[in-house]
Amino acid sequence: MSTANTSASSDGKSHVHHHAHHFDSAEHEYNAAKFGTWTFLVTEILMFGGLFVGYILYHERFPEMFKAGATFLDWKMGALNTIVLLFSSLTMALSIYYMQHDNKKMTLINLYVTLACACIFMVVKYFEYTHKLHLGIGPGNYFQPHGHGEEVQRALGFLKDYPNIGMYFSFYFCMTGLHGSHVLIGMGLIIWLIRRTHRNEFSSKYYTAIECVGLFWHLVDLIWIYLFPLLYLVG
Amino acid sequence: MASGGAHDHHIIPLKIYFRVIAILMFLTVVTVAASRVDFGVMNTVIAMLIASVKAGLVLAFFMHLKYDDKMYTVAFGTSVFFLLVLYFFAWVDFYTRFIHTGIVQ
Repeated sequence: MSTANTSASSDGKSHVHHHAHHFDSAEHEYNAAKFGTWTFLVTEILMFGGLFVGYILYHERFPEMFKAGATFLDWKMGALNTIVLLFSSLTMALSIYYMQHDNKKMTLINLYVTLACACIFMVVKYFEYTHKLHLGIGPGNYFQPHGHGEEVQRALGFLKDYPNIGMYFSFYFCMTGLHGSHVLIGMGLIIWLIRRTHRNEFSSKYYTAIECVGLFWHLVDLIWIYLFPLLYLVG
Repeated sequence: MASGGAHDHHIIPLKIYFRVIAILMFLTVVTVAASRVDFGVMNTVIAMLIASVKAGLVLAFFMHLKYDDKMYTVAFGTSVFFLLVLYFFAWVDFYTRFIHTGIVQ
């Protein structure tokens, strides 16, 4: 049962994907890769899950302190990033759809748009982080507001009422930091997909890598769906 | 693994993808709007319910769980189950200590 999948590329240089020798068929290889990816996603959910459980328990214990901490987050930035990430999930799904139809051009366009969305997300995050750290609004013991302005005065006031307010920002920086590092890794993986698509390595018969990176990317989106209301809105 | 060959992968129509993204964007607006209303202790619960509907849509359509072999849904389900186990025991520990001492130690 040997299978060689030939991609239908327009330039005549077709790339043939042979499944690895330890698989019975291309389908066997595809399913093994996909199930492996899902198993990895399970470990990812449990890793983020630990942080979510910690957040929920301490939020129940110190609701006012969390509410005070959340006043330093701009919900508009969070909402913008939510929309950008949801849209990037759509374009990621569409890149697979178009490769299933051997439409290399549309696959590439959608992968580039996904990458651009990831860049926008990280730029917004960069501005949020630098603004907070500039004012001394850091995690744990690094919550040491300094300088001038309304935000610093408010932070100093909260610090008197809630001495442990640094905890809110420990959760904020840990959860969004771990999530942001996933976005960066996802960007690297999407660049890898773009490179391989340019080289005609994918076709409607072989697109396993796009499928698996897609699953990873949707999980990153999934985690943000929970992070946005928890950190920015409920507080 | 139900599908017979590489040719049989289910292809979700574009129409469904666009409908799902429209609902997801709408629910994002609902999330923000709901946070403006004070439901008291239900604030977090309502926010998490809306987030879970959105997560369900991403899982079912973007991640193809609705159309794939149920084996993948079971794999995902185990992570949710063990997350609830973690939450349950952490919660019991947290509140039993809190009740006796008045502070979380």
